[in-house]
Amino acid sequence: MTRVIAAALLLWVCSAVAFAQSPSCEIPGYLLESPYELKRVNASVLQDHRLRIAVLGTGSSILAGPEGPRSAYPARLEAVLTKRLPSASVKVVTVVRSRETAEDLAIGMSKLLADEKPDLMIWQCGTVDAMRNVDLDEFREALDKGLETLQKSGVDAILMNMQYSPRTETMIALGPYADTMRVVAQQHEVPLFDRLSIMHHWSDTGQFDLYATGKDNVLAAQVHDCLGRGIATMIIDTARLGAIEQKPSQ
Amino acid sequence: MSHREQSLAQELGDGETPRQIAPTIRPATTTTRDLRLDLFRGIALWLIFLDHIPSNIVAWITIRNYGFSDATDIFVFVSGYTAAFVYGKEMRERGFIVSGAHILRRAWQIYVAHVFLFAIYLAEIVYVATRFENPLYAEEMNILDFLKQPDVTIIQALLLKFKPANMDVLPLYIILLLLFPPILWLLQARPTIALGASVLLYALTWRFNWNLPSYPSGHWFFNPFAWQLLFVFGAWCALGGAQRLSSVLRSRLTLAIAMAYLAFAFFISFTWYVPYAGQFVPSWLEEIIYPIDKVNLDVLRFAHFLALAVVVMRFIPRDWPPLKSRLLWAPIACGQHSLEIFCLGIFLSFAAHFAMTEISGAFWMQIVASALGIFIMTAAAGLLTWYKRAEARNPGSRPKKTPDADLAGGEV
Repeated sequence: MTRVIAAALLLWVCSAVAFAQSPSCEIPGYLLESPYELKRVNASVLQDHRLRIAVLGTGSSILAGPEGPRSAYPARLEAVLTKRLPSASVKVVTVVRSRETAEDLAIGMSKLLADEKPDLMIWQCGTVDAMRNVDLDEFREALDKGLETLQKSGVDAILMNMQYSPRTETMIALGPYADTMRVVAQQHEVPLFDRLSIMHHWSDTGQFDLYATGKDNVLAAQVHDCLGRGIATMIIDTARLGAIEQKPSQ
Repeated sequence: MSHREQSLAQELGDGETPRQIAPTIRPATTTTRDLRLDLFRGIALWLIFLDHIPSNIVAWITIRNYGFSDATDIFVFVSGYTAAFVYGKEMRERGFIVSGAHILRRAWQIYVAHVFLFAIYLAEIVYVATRFENPLYAEEMNILDFLKQPDVTIIQALLLKFKPANMDVLPLYIILLLLFPPILWLLQARPTIALGASVLLYALTWRFNWNLPSYPSGHWFFNPFAWQLLFVFGAWCALGGAQRLSSVLRSRLTLAIAMAYLAFAFFISFTWYVPYAGQFVPSWLEEIIYPIDKVNLDVLRFAHFLALAVVVMRFIPRDWPPLKSRLLWAPIACGQHSLEIFCLGIFLSFAAHFAMTEISGAFWMQIVASALGIFIMTAAAGLLTWYKRAEARNPGSRPKKTPDADLAGGEV
C-alpha cells in the first residue's frame, strides 16, 4: 500500500515537474494577429529557402549566465522556426545594446543592415526610454526614423515592446511608451509583438509567477522560450507561411 | 445648529457667519460654494488612486478608458475653479499682496507634500532594490541606477526635475500656483484678456514646443505651459465666465454636439481595447487624431473634458438634492480636503501595489485593495472634517482670517 502511494506521489511529482518544465505558452489569438504582411520574409522563404532575422534590442533580449544566450528568446525563435519551416535555412542573429534608447538604436540601424543583411528585423525597445523618461515626441521620432530606415532598405520589421514586470510597475511608467509604439507600428503598417500584454496575460492566468524572486534562471528561460514560440507563430502567420509549415507534433 | 444652518455655514466657508459675507457686492460671481465641484474633485481623487495602482482590474471603471480625457483633467479644472473662488474673494477684499502671499504659501504646502511623497517613493524603491532578484528583469533593475548617485538625484528631485512615475501632478500644481497671483489679478480686471493670454500661451507652446526640462532627460509629463489652459479656464469660469457662457451651455445644440463627441471618443477608445474594431477607423482619421498628446493637453482631450462638463452640468443641477444627502457625503468630503486626500491616495496606491507584490496579485486582492483604499481616503476625509469643525468650535482659538483653502474648495 505504502509503495503504491509512494509511486503515485512520485508520478504526481514527475508530472508536476514535467508540466512546470514545458509550459503551454498559451497566447490569445488576438495578441499575435496583425493585418500587416511580412512580404520579404514570405518571398525569401518560398523562393530562396532561407530566412535571416536580426534581433536588435536592449538588456531584455538576452539572459545572463553561460546558458543565457542559448535560452534567450532569439535563440529559441531560431530553434522553433527551424523546426516549423524545414524547407528554409533559418538564422537569427542578436545584437544587444544594453542601456541604449530607441534613438541610439535607430542611429545604428543602417550599419546593422549592412553588416547582417537580414530579411526581417525584430526591433525590441522602449524599456530604456521609459526608465530615462525620454521625451515622448523624441521617442516617437526615433521609432519613425528606425522604421523608415528599415522600410527604405526593403527589410521587413516587427516592433517588440517592453516586458511586463509587476514589481517595477509603480517605478517605470511604461504606458505612454507602449501606446506610442502601438501607434507608430500602426502608422508604418508593421506588426507589433506586444510582449507587455502577452506577459501580462501569462501573469493573470497564472501561467508564470512573474512576481517571483530568486537568482535561478529557470523562470527566465521558460518565459523566453514561450516568447520565442510566440514570435515564431507571429512570423509564420504574418508572412503567410502557414501552408508550408511543419505543424508541431503535439 | 440646525442641519440647515450647518449646511449654510459650510457653504460659506468654515468659521464664518453668513452676516460677515452677505453685504459684499460681487457682480459676476456667486457667494455660495458649488458642491458639485467638491463631488467631482472627490470622484477624481478616487479615480486617480485607482489608476495609479498598476494592473488593477478596478481601474477599468475609470473614465480614461472611455474617452480622451481622464481624472486629471477634472482635477486641474476644479482646482483652478476653486482657487479663483477662494483667493479671488480674498483679493477683492484684502488686496493683491495678502492674497498673493496666501497663494504662495499654498504652493509651499504642496511642495512639502511632494517632497514627503518622494521620501515614501525612495523607501519603496530601496526596499525593492535590496529584496528583488530575478534574472528575467535584469534590465528593469537599472531603474535603481539613480541610487548610485543620491547626491544628484535628491537635489534634482528637490528642484522638481527628477519626478518618479506617478508623481507629476503635484509639481504641475506648484508651478500653476506660483504663477497664479498675477493671473488671478488679470482675470478679475480683464477676464477676457486673461483667458485670451492663456489660450495664446497654449498655442505658442504647441507651436514652439515649450516645456520645462526633466532629469535625467526629457521634459515634464504634464507640461505646465499647456495644462495652465485648463486651470485658467476653470478660474475664468469661477469668476463669472460660467454665467457668461450659460446661454451657450443651455442650448440644445451644444448638448447635442457634446454628446456626439463623447460618443465618438467612446468609439475610438473602444478600438484601443478591442483590436478588431480598429479596422473601422479609417487611416486618414487616425492620421488626424493620433497621437493624443497627454503631455501637452491635446485639443481632443480638452474638448472631451468640455463635452463631459456640458453633459454632466446639464443633468446634475447646482441644487441637486443628493448633493446634501449621506450618499454623496464620502466623495464630497474627499473633494473638500483635496491636498491631503491626493497625497494619501498616492501613498495608498504605492501600498496597494506593495501588497499585491508581497501577498498576492490576484483579482480578489485588486478589488480588496481598491475598496480598502477608497474607504481609508473617506475615513481620513471624515476625520479632517471633524478635526476642522472641532478646532473652529474651540472658544480659545483665534478667529480665522485667512481663507480656508480646503473647506472652501482649495486647490489641489
